[in-house]
Amino acid sequence: MEFLRPATWAEALAAKAEHPGALPIAGGTDVMVELNFDATRPDYLLDLTRIDDLDDWSPDGERLRIGAGVTYSRLITELADRLPGLAMASRTVGSPQIRNRGTVAGNLGSASPAGDAHPPLLTSDAVVEAHSLRGVRHIPITEFYTGVKRNALAPDELIAAVLTPPADGPQQFAKIGTRNAMVISVTAFALALHPNTGTVAAAFGSAAPTPRRATDAEAFLAAELTDTGRWDSRAELDPAAVTRFGALVAEAASPIDDVRGTADYRKHALSVMARRTLAWAWNDYRRNQVRTCA
Amino acid sequence: MTTPTRTEQDLGTDIAGGVGESPLRPDGTLKVKGEFAYSSDLWLTGMLWGATLRSPHPSARIRSIDITEAVRTDGVYAVLTHDDIPGDNRFGLEHADQPVLAGDVIRYQGEPVAIVAADHPETARRAVAKIVVDYEVHEPLVDAERAAFDVNAPALHEGGNVLRYLPIRKGDPDATAEVVVHGEYEVGMQDQAFLGPESGLAVPADDGGVDLYVATQWLHVDQKQLCRVLGMPAGKVRLSLAGVGGAFGAREDLSMQAHACLLALHTGRPVKMVYSREESFFGHVHRHPATMRYEHGATRDGRLVYVKAQIILDGGAYASSTPAVVANAATLGVGPYKVKNVVVDCYGVYTNNPPCGAMRGFGAVQAAFGYESQMDKLAAELGMDPVEVRNRNALHEGATMPTGQVVDSAAPVAELLRRVKAMPLPPETSTSDDGYDLRLLPGGVSNTTHGEGVRRGVGYAIGIKNVCFSEGFDDYSTARVTLKVTGGDAVATVHTAAAEVGQGLVTVQQQIARTELGVEQVVIQPADTGVGSGGSTSASRQTYVTGGAVKAACEQVRARVLRQAAKTLDLPASQLRLHAGKLVSADEAVVAAVVDVLGDETITETVTWRHRPTYELDEKTGQGNAHVQYAFAAHRAVVDVDVELGLVRVVQLDCAQDVGKAMNPDAVVGQIHGGSAQGLGLAVMEEIQVSGGVVRNPSFTDYLIPTILDMPPMRVDVLELADPHAPYGLRGVGEPPTISSTPAIVAAIRHATGADLTRVPVQPHHITGTH
Repeated sequence: MEFLRPATWAEALAAKAEHPGALPIAGGTDVMVELNFDATRPDYLLDLTRIDDLDDWSPDGERLRIGAGVTYSRLITELADRLPGLAMASRTVGSPQIRNRGTVAGNLGSASPAGDAHPPLLTSDAVVEAHSLRGVRHIPITEFYTGVKRNALAPDELIAAVLTPPADGPQQFAKIGTRNAMVISVTAFALALHPNTGTVAAAFGSAAPTPRRATDAEAFLAAELTDTGRWDSRAELDPAAVTRFGALVAEAASPIDDVRGTADYRKHALSVMARRTLAWAWNDYRRNQVRTCA
Repeated sequence: MTTPTRTEQDLGTDIAGGVGESPLRPDGTLKVKGEFAYSSDLWLTGMLWGATLRSPHPSARIRSIDITEAVRTDGVYAVLTHDDIPGDNRFGLEHADQPVLAGDVIRYQGEPVAIVAADHPETARRAVAKIVVDYEVHEPLVDAERAAFDVNAPALHEGGNVLRYLPIRKGDPDATAEVVVHGEYEVGMQDQAFLGPESGLAVPADDGGVDLYVATQWLHVDQKQLCRVLGMPAGKVRLSLAGVGGAFGAREDLSMQAHACLLALHTGRPVKMVYSREESFFGHVHRHPATMRYEHGATRDGRLVYVKAQIILDGGAYASSTPAVVANAATLGVGPYKVKNVVVDCYGVYTNNPPCGAMRGFGAVQAAFGYESQMDKLAAELGMDPVEVRNRNALHEGATMPTGQVVDSAAPVAELLRRVKAMPLPPETSTSDDGYDLRLLPGGVSNTTHGEGVRRGVGYAIGIKNVCFSEGFDDYSTARVTLKVTGGDAVATVHTAAAEVGQGLVTVQQQIARTELGVEQVVIQPADTGVGSGGSTSASRQTYVTGGAVKAACEQVRARVLRQAAKTLDLPASQLRLHAGKLVSADEAVVAAVVDVLGDETITETVTWRHRPTYELDEKTGQGNAHVQYAFAAHRAVVDVDVELGLVRVVQLDCAQDVGKAMNPDAVVGQIHGGSAQGLGLAVMEEIQVSGGVVRNPSFTDYLIPTILDMPPMRVDVLELADPHAPYGLRGVGEPPTISSTPAIVAAIRHATGADLTRVPVQPHHITGTH
């Protein structure tokens, strides 16, 4: 296995073009596990840690541009106010040591259905900024996940950044694990309310081959909130609507039985998390505040 | 010569760090700083690396093994199969039924088939991948119940699949009772999950023998098995203990020992082997999964009339210590209760599942989940407090066990329960909208509840464990103690072969020598086979047995010092004693310093020490004085359960345990913390999931052990009710807290949820009722 250490982004893109099979590595919190288990044995590892440009985030028009090298720890400490959902998900990633090294871009590169960052990226309509020697491509997050551990990147592309708008309403994230910390998700759920547009975004992980939006649930809830005038009245939610929302989220899932949990439990847990996170988010909205990192 | 003077002040100053104190561990600072050399850190210039080819199938016949391509690989020095074993291709603790390298039959997934030595670990692994094995794959026998009772099931070993059947019969087998409760319970396969993987270094010696540095629990039993495999006398197979990163039973059986020695002797080069975390899950035995059927009969006022139990333990592919695990589960199968009429049938069987053997609690853990669940069920049936039901049946000193053995030292069952019950309960977990702390809620930092669905539950359990080896086993330890003057001070040296695996035996050995010899400086020599056997670091026995041997050797050394002093001082030895480096006369006068008495002389004594004998069990009735000592611990668990999501947080886990004598109070409490945490793991998360004989989760990603957010702070109450039969009155400490922790937590979850939980570990879907 060759270890490529480009010093600049241009060199990195050139290396990726020359060796399309090269596996990018930044924090290494996923890649090294795969290598140690001999689950993957690439001919080339492409180390991105020398490229300082990747380590920053900044405003980019209406959105925030989060460099591929920004760690979960920094998302939690620096962006919890603007990206509360993503920060809450980041908080559940591994241990402090893992969060100090792991990156959202790494989650995207692996594209595991269990990746914690995916549901909040889906609910924020994030965009993956992919670079290659051929140019820059913006991939909407809903088109990014193409299968179990597969994504829409071309072989010569590298993730440069993730573009995501700051929260315009309450966001929530919840994840089931059978341990109270440092646990991979049995299933996870993210919710974002967008009062300005009268829309709702809901997404889940570990309950389908890819992270997925629960579009029927979103449409139902948005219509319910709009039709009943609740966006304006901020009145308490109708319990029946909350229940229906949870059921629709569960219906959107197509989970399997595996060592981490059963399909039935995953659906059940999604419906419970959907109901609870909706109650929390709506409570925040009623109090006209956006909850930051829990 | 020192002038005899009254020295009250001196006599008031004991040697620091003796028995009953908590001196620092000699290995503590290195371990905390990350500088302690574990077995995986061993290194010699020019050494080779070993790797193992393992069967992917749980049941198969090997048609052929082709090593051609592996041998041709650059950097490969040896590729060995069963044909290359000079001695007997069999090992095992009691029954040598396990091949070192598979011959033609594969009995479990992960069974070693071939071994490779190469100049780099990766080269060795790649060469392993080039070995071509032609397997004829068979349907595995994976159902322990079928193995026990279906005569048409394929026999995995000569003599059939029942490795041991032990019945216990006491009183009237047809006794009837006013109130009867039935239950069927299951215990999943727990792993010891030690953090230091199997590893060691074998070095070929000039005399044609081999020196093996290895992390193990019993050097001499390894040596005995290696001699047989290598076809060498004991003098040529020398073992030294390398740094052990945890054991919990998983290092009782051989793992890489024979393989590394074979490769080293074949290549003439030192060979190191270190298992990866994944390989480690296949490299050692696990806790026996159990299926248990219980029937308890009692009077209306809650007194047990009879207990009937059938316990089936899945031993997996090879014997390991299954027969002894069966004995524990059977003899301790009704728990620490007085029962007049007992019928227990306990089976240990062979299957094509992973081999199971020793793990902390050793048969007593499985039974305790059964009998304690039953005691709660009985309490519910009677409408009685669960602690009260236990109290009414509590074992006590002088009571008789189901084996007919009379409990002849303290058995404070009711007292331990009383103590945990009297401890203050924790406050309700705050779930106000802004006052909640996710770390204190079920689901933890994953943000699944802010209080919704959370219910509190409290549960109690008590367990019983035998200490030391049982059933007539010749259980002894050897200690060599030397006293001489070094640099102007009297220094004691203690040499045993007993394995320090993290429990603190090296500290206790120092403490005993300080107390017995009155010297401050005690050097613990590395454990090796250069001294007689120390016996196994198992069965909560090392402080008892090796501690007993060190004490006895110190006493002999002390007697010689006193005799010598008596001669010099012209005083009767019986009127002298040692105290803080001085010889003190009967009238409390300091008459000499130890250093002066010793002069240039070195006093050495080697003692082989045995606990009192035990006896075999009658094979038809299970009657007999099989055990040396009983130990007890009780737990109260307080849990918060998210009943909608089935997630659990153990809020508080309190323990009361009788240790006879707290040799090192800090270490005792540490053992209770650790044992309780391991029991918590079994209660709510730890299980090797096996399907069709194949392990589905051989990694720490999916085999979960408790984190600091899962294990709550504990309140620990240590009783010291001396056992007159034991050195210092001590009672084994390591295992009891693992036994009662699990059923107490499950009882608390039942209390919170109302769910009828009959299997551990409890999974979320058991609580929510989803499938």
